[in-house]
Amino acid sequence: MAYSDKVIDHYQNPKNVGTLDKASKSVGTGLVGAPECGDVMRLQIEVDDETGVIRDAKFKTFGCGSAIASSSLATEWLKGKTVDQALSIDNMAIVEELNLPPVKIHCSVLAEDAIKAAINDYRVKNGLEQLKFEESIVH
Amino acid sequence: MLKLPVYLDNNATTPCDPRVVEVMVPYFTENFGNAASRNHPFGWAAEEAVDYAREQVAKLIGADPKEIIFTSGATEGDNLAIKGVFEMYATKGNHIITATTEHKAVLDTCKHIEKLGGEVTYLQVKRDGLVDLAELEAAIRPTTILISIMYGNNEIGVLQPVREISAIAKRHGVLFFTDGVQAVGKVPVDVMKDGIDLMAFTAHKMYGPKGVGALYVRRKNPRVKVTAQMDGGGHERGMRSGTLNVPAIVGFGKAAELARLEMEQDTKRLSGLRDKLESELLKLEEAYVNGNREHRLPHVTNISFKHVEGEGLLMGFNKNIALSSGSACTSASLEPSYVLKALGLGDDLAHSSLRFGLGRFTTEDQIDYTIEQVSKTVLKLREMSPLWEMYKEGIDLNSIEWAAH
Repeated sequence: MAYSDKVIDHYQNPKNVGTLDKASKSVGTGLVGAPECGDVMRLQIEVDDETGVIRDAKFKTFGCGSAIASSSLATEWLKGKTVDQALSIDNMAIVEELNLPPVKIHCSVLAEDAIKAAINDYRVKNGLEQLKFEESIVH
Repeated sequence: MLKLPVYLDNNATTPCDPRVVEVMVPYFTENFGNAASRNHPFGWAAEEAVDYAREQVAKLIGADPKEIIFTSGATEGDNLAIKGVFEMYATKGNHIITATTEHKAVLDTCKHIEKLGGEVTYLQVKRDGLVDLAELEAAIRPTTILISIMYGNNEIGVLQPVREISAIAKRHGVLFFTDGVQAVGKVPVDVMKDGIDLMAFTAHKMYGPKGVGALYVRRKNPRVKVTAQMDGGGHERGMRSGTLNVPAIVGFGKAAELARLEMEQDTKRLSGLRDKLESELLKLEEAYVNGNREHRLPHVTNISFKHVEGEGLLMGFNKNIALSSGSACTSASLEPSYVLKALGLGDDLAHSSLRFGLGRFTTEDQIDYTIEQVSKTVLKLREMSPLWEMYKEGIDLNSIEWAAH
């Protein structure tokens, strides 16, 4: 199976690899996936407390090229969005942008889950209730 | 000069040796006859070529030419041996013993046997991938008719204690079949010394063409028979009907001859390169060889690079280096290698493995290039791996409640 050019580009030049201070109140961290399943994503957002805008986003991913590309793309999309806008990022948009084949759709689902988990972590830290999401696709 | 891409997937298949192709060519054009045509020179020429190839193949494994049944490959050989014995020896019993690390062609055939009312014991292997001989012997019942244990494993390259296994089989009057695909032509296999009753192997793993293989069926002490699984003209002593694939058989014969004559030098050279590759890659932190390192094929190593996912790793260099991973991120099940799991490896380590299979045409500069590329990619992906970061911070990954998805 050949990877799309966009996946290859994100794999070779991943955007926003790194770690934010997870103890900080303005940082939300989402850790999803499991080593047994062959992919784990950690996605972090740093939110401007006054404007609610995501100032910075970082990721680290254990997984295949599509998983790395999905999380790299997600961090690109998150920066500059408000937390509310970030909630509307849909996994299928990632699939389309990266041209992921059906067997790799779970990588995009994982990225969407990571975004939601990071936002919830940020909300809890700031005294807000956790948002409930519909169960994502289980594989 | 470095030749790219580098092919290190020789357990999947090997290229044809040009010397093999050369002898095959006339059998497509001038000598195109059917080896079963007894009444004219075209048939005679084909039959003569097949007879010669049969001798070449037999000689590689220390067999009599009459004991070689040509097949389409090892999957057919595995099927013919197991199903053929099950049918032929039905009055004696219905129990077969095999191991969980066998090739799918054996495991799925055994599952089929179970559907037909047969009973199968699937032995667990030890951590190093070898069969426990005491467990094997204890699994034998009065109804056991066959032990099916592979000679060398396709994923980790470990060599099973074939002679000890055949001695146990003999002691209990049970037939011993071995899938010899990875071992024949690579290490000395001798059906007499090894006490093998049946053995499947194939040409394309030893620099011969695809689509041809052989099943060795012992004729003396004991005389073994299998029920044909393909009916027709009664070719191959009635055990495998179908017009013989003469050009491929001629190529198989040549490949077998070359393997026999060059085995010693190939082994010496390839084990040297393999050891270099292995020792250099093991300089990386948290890298582990899977399977027994002493009883092993000379050209194979399987290494897990902890906290890096195999498919992601391959992507770093798979334009220039052809390798296999034990990870199965592309399959719908997302299940990693069942062979590595059978060794007791956690799924995470199984997902992190690469199989390196060197071959006759692998060069030292290709190995140097592979060492450099793999090392570089492992380091790069570890920088990107949350698991590596946690490991470095001293966090026990087993203590985390992973959201299974």
